[in-house]
Amino acid sequence: MSRIAPAFQRLAAQSRKALIPFVTAGDPTAGDTVALMHALVRAGADVIELGVPFSDPMADGPVIQRASERALEAGVSLDRVLGYVTDFRKRDGDTPVVLMGYANPIEAMGVEAFARDAQAAGVDGVLIVDYPPEECTEFAALMRRHGMDMIFLLAPTSTDARIEQVARIASGYVYYVSLKGVTGAGHLDVAEVATKLSAIRGRTALPLGVGFGIRDGESARAIGRMADAVVIGSRIIQEMEEAPHGAAVERAAALVHGIREALDRP
Amino acid sequence: MQMYDLPDSRGHFGPYGGAFVAETLVHALEELRAAYDASRTDPAFRAEFEHELKHYVGRPSPVYHAKRWSQLLGGAQIYLKREDLNHTGAHKINNTIGQALVARRMGKQRVIAETGAGQHGVATATVAARYGMECVVYMGAEDIKRQAANVYRMKLLGATVVPVASGSRTLKDALNEAMRDWVTNVANTFYIIGTVAGPHPYPMMVRDFQAVIGRECLAQMPELCGRQPDAVIACVGGGSNAMGIFHAYIPQDGVRLIGVEAGGLGLPTGHHAASLIAGRPGVLHGNRTYLLQDAHGQILETHSISAGLDYPGVGPEHAWLKDSGRAEYVTVTDDEALAAFHACCHYEGIIPALESAHALAHAARIAPGMGRDRILLVNLSGRGDKDIHTVAERSGITI
Repeated sequence: MSRIAPAFQRLAAQSRKALIPFVTAGDPTAGDTVALMHALVRAGADVIELGVPFSDPMADGPVIQRASERALEAGVSLDRVLGYVTDFRKRDGDTPVVLMGYANPIEAMGVEAFARDAQAAGVDGVLIVDYPPEECTEFAALMRRHGMDMIFLLAPTSTDARIEQVARIASGYVYYVSLKGVTGAGHLDVAEVATKLSAIRGRTALPLGVGFGIRDGESARAIGRMADAVVIGSRIIQEMEEAPHGAAVERAAALVHGIREALDRP
Repeated sequence: MQMYDLPDSRGHFGPYGGAFVAETLVHALEELRAAYDASRTDPAFRAEFEHELKHYVGRPSPVYHAKRWSQLLGGAQIYLKREDLNHTGAHKINNTIGQALVARRMGKQRVIAETGAGQHGVATATVAARYGMECVVYMGAEDIKRQAANVYRMKLLGATVVPVASGSRTLKDALNEAMRDWVTNVANTFYIIGTVAGPHPYPMMVRDFQAVIGRECLAQMPELCGRQPDAVIACVGGGSNAMGIFHAYIPQDGVRLIGVEAGGLGLPTGHHAASLIAGRPGVLHGNRTYLLQDAHGQILETHSISAGLDYPGVGPEHAWLKDSGRAEYVTVTDDEALAAFHACCHYEGIIPALESAHALAHAARIAPGMGRDRILLVNLSGRGDKDIHTVAERSGITI
């Protein structure tokens, strides 16, 4: 059974917003990932999105591309990512973990084998960037049978009909991409996000996460006023890239901790 | 064969094709589908497209009997569909004109493209100049080094060439980068994809624009030799020239369709670009198709002497034609393609593109085993001026 819905229920009961950091598995080094996941939880993460490295991350900007390249260089592919989740679960049985990535590594492993192994590892949800709802009906059903949520993106360009289509198949939460463009790009238009979120709320009862373009405590707070969850990715990876050798995990945790405080401030 | 009406309404050719894209692109593709549907059924659009093909490109391109070479090989007669005589020197322009006209209908002022060898980039820059559009071409940093002349050609035509330094710094990475540009600038930008790959409707749309090649052959062959050929042969990278010449022949039962992939240094070396022969189905660049990938589903770097065939995927319609048995696919190595390149220069006075030389090499391979009354039709998809440096280098000559 997925840990995502209970986590959002607990947060709602406390009137708190979920903070969802994204990191690429195997970055900055293959040995850092499990420690990084625990550090993010201690810093205030409610859900962890773990990126599965792919050679051709079409929907990602340069920062996450570089993370993917470093991870692949270190030999980290989907099977190793599931290994990280297994390790993480030895000390953390509560924090939901969502795998985010592209279809091909999963299809190469075999969707049945992936569903079985991901469930066994303790994965709670899957967001496959290049699986739109109409191309993954069977895969989404398979995920559900294995107790995992299928998380989908919505974009500023998604029409009302599209939102309804996504809402019919999605579970866990819906991830609203707050910018036109790739991960890590551009500037956030808070008013535009507000308008779109209310259109989405009218069509699904699932919690709404917002990501792409959130870079600090202030932008997180602004988004937290209207969304149920704030996703932050490229900014964390950048922080780790700039950290002195050996300090990446600590720096990422400090950044997330700062955002947590901003988000919780009354 | 029954009527052939693939793809289905969502772009599937059997299990292949589709639109495997992030939500950020879904709306743009829907707009494009609607605009293309309206265009292709509009007589005014078709008339303008045909007018451009005739007066700007120089169509119809002739079919030519390679008599001397056929005689020397001592078997089947080889005929060449002369796409190399098109404006800009290759079949690529058929498609860029079609897409630029759709872009104009949609009111898009800016076109972008990816390019490997630079041929599609040049064809895109050409039509952008012709229709007064801004043009940005993404090209792998590695390819920019290898294809300096085409980079300059694009600049002369007014395009901005953006080097792509991520991944393997070649065609697939240029495609990733063009997709990222499109997602970011979708309001005013039209992405002109150069081959029959990518998300629906691209494989269908590019095929439709290139299908003029096969339609012309269908009329030209009976005029020239009294009947249709025994086989149609074309090289396959992404597969646009092959789909272009195959499409009209799919319902012609007696005609074999043979696609030739880049065998590079030979399949056992792993240095090749033969996605259909040596790949497995997977998802990349918006469609499901055969891909060269490792055991973990990471896309592999490819090798071919011809930059235009140097791509780890292939159009989904070829994947379907392979599985259904309607087309057969073979490989030709760098060395075999080079030998055919030289033979075509020597015996016919035609310098073929290295891409097209792969198709020529397969024709030269099978012709001697066939009767003199047999007919092979080869798509000479482009001219080889762009390749003379590569060929000279291989022969130890500096120009």
